Amino acid sequence: MTFWNDPINFIAGWLRSVFTDWGLTDGPANVITSLIGIVVMILFAMLIAIALVWVERKVVARFQDRLGPNRIGPFGIFQPFADIVKLIIKEDITPAGADKAVFNMAPVMSLASVILIWAIVPLASKIYGVDINVGVLYLVAVGSFGTLSVIMAGWASNNKYALIGAFRMVATMISYEIPMVVALLIPTIIAGTMSVKGITEAQSNLWFVVLSPLGLLLFMISAIAELGRSPFDLNEAESEIVAGFHIEYTGMKFGLFYAGELLHAFTFGGFMAVLFFGGYGGFFGLEKLSAFTWLSNPFIELVVFLVKALIGYWIIMWVKYSMPRIRIDHMLTFNWKFLTPLAFVLLMVTALFDKILAPTQFYVLGMFFSNISLAWIVIEILRRISKRERIEHERNAEPVIQVAHP
Amino acid sequence: MTPDQIIFLLCAALIVSSALMVVTTRNLVHAALWLVAALFGVAILFGLLQAGFLALVQVVIYIGAIAVLFIFAVMLTRREMRDKGPQVNQNWGIGAVLALLTFGGLAYILSSWDGFSSTAKAIPLGTDSLMMLGKALVSPDAFVLPFEVASILLLAALVGAVFIASASKD
Repeated sequence: MTFWNDPINFIAGWLRSVFTDWGLTDGPANVITSLIGIVVMILFAMLIAIALVWVERKVVARFQDRLGPNRIGPFGIFQPFADIVKLIIKEDITPAGADKAVFNMAPVMSLASVILIWAIVPLASKIYGVDINVGVLYLVAVGSFGTLSVIMAGWASNNKYALIGAFRMVATMISYEIPMVVALLIPTIIAGTMSVKGITEAQSNLWFVVLSPLGLLLFMISAIAELGRSPFDLNEAESEIVAGFHIEYTGMKFGLFYAGELLHAFTFGGFMAVLFFGGYGGFFGLEKLSAFTWLSNPFIELVVFLVKALIGYWIIMWVKYSMPRIRIDHMLTFNWKFLTPLAFVLLMVTALFDKILAPTQFYVLGMFFSNISLAWIVIEILRRISKRERIEHERNAEPVIQVAHP
Repeated sequence: MTPDQIIFLLCAALIVSSALMVVTTRNLVHAALWLVAALFGVAILFGLLQAGFLALVQVVIYIGAIAVLFIFAVMLTRREMRDKGPQVNQNWGIGAVLALLTFGGLAYILSSWDGFSSTAKAIPLGTDSLMMLGKALVSPDAFVLPFEVASILLLAALVGAVFIASASKD
């Protein structure tokens, strides 16, 4: 075990030996080493969040045909630090009639719900927090803290806009949790494990996006809804409710919500990579050739994971800055009448074809075409329904009176 | 004390104190939030007992769904969310005695059970408890019947809810 093959365990082993040299027994030495590991992981996530502020501002500027931050440092890369200084020196306002304890706890919980996810993110084959056998469910469980923090912020602010924003956000999150859970079950079925690392390893020869493109689409839509990003950004619709649940937050408390949102989007980009694009690995078996063994070096894997996560994050931003906001009844109809039934049908189809085709050599083709034909059937049904509704609408519409021109 | 014991004591203190706050606080939303804290403490206990799946299910169902629903209902019911009436009635003495007797009785019965004092057996390495649970739920010589009965019950509740919701529209 050297630093280049297994950096985290190498450093942890060294730290443990230092602590035992100081006279600590094995128990406390292990506990202190684990605590240091947790702090390092949180710091890593927070550093990524700082970088993401710059990425987000630069990319949105490009989408809107602007230059974006370009004054502080080359390409404005030191802009986030100026933002942080600004946020820290702003006045910290607690609105009159606010529930102080809950008001102050909400932003911390919002960020914590994102940081907790990083406990299971497999950054590389040897760099990860823990590998639990219910990793996929953990993602959903931690998301419920995010929901709770939104309710707390909306209620404690003593502001009608904040409360309306929180109601909308929670309605979105609770509804879209269902297709998300089902979409998470699809890689679970294909890989045969709920461990996030196990799912990554199952994709070393073939990415799951080939086996289940519809599953990726479902996961992406429900992830964007869970994030509350456009087109599902009803919770902070500027033209209706100003800023939604975080309207009353100033300074760094707002900053925590903002950093949490960016990091959450990046994390979901990472999970898109982990669940459907092979995560840190997935080189189609290339790393087994003797000329390419360097591909399974943890540092290479870390870079591969971060690049894939950034691509996923970029797609989420692309959707955010190109789509108009969806109306609230359309948002609920879209979920309950379209996404949820589709997710359940896809789950059944995936489970069935996975069991039937697994021993045969048609597995990949069969899974791919079952997804494609399901998508085609869904589009055909939607086309018929909309055609019928259009005819109905035209029949009920007022007849157009032709005015004779002289 | 091992780290496990320290975590257990901290989390037991969290559960007991937040459970007390649930019934003593006068603010209804605060009561719901304290309930969330108590349920989270129970999830940590499951985690300490190596039952990761139960811990996560506890969080998903009790915090993610039920507690959020509670808070929603509380927020939508009344304008002033403070309870002004007295918090106890004249039966509180009898209630306290009954609670103490129940606790004492349970403690007495459990202390005569040999599992009370012996340490738990370590789970052998490589046991996939999640896989075992899943197989037990669908195998005919284990829990398939109660599992199916529970799912039919839930389905009936779902159909009933849909019926009630759609009938009131007319």
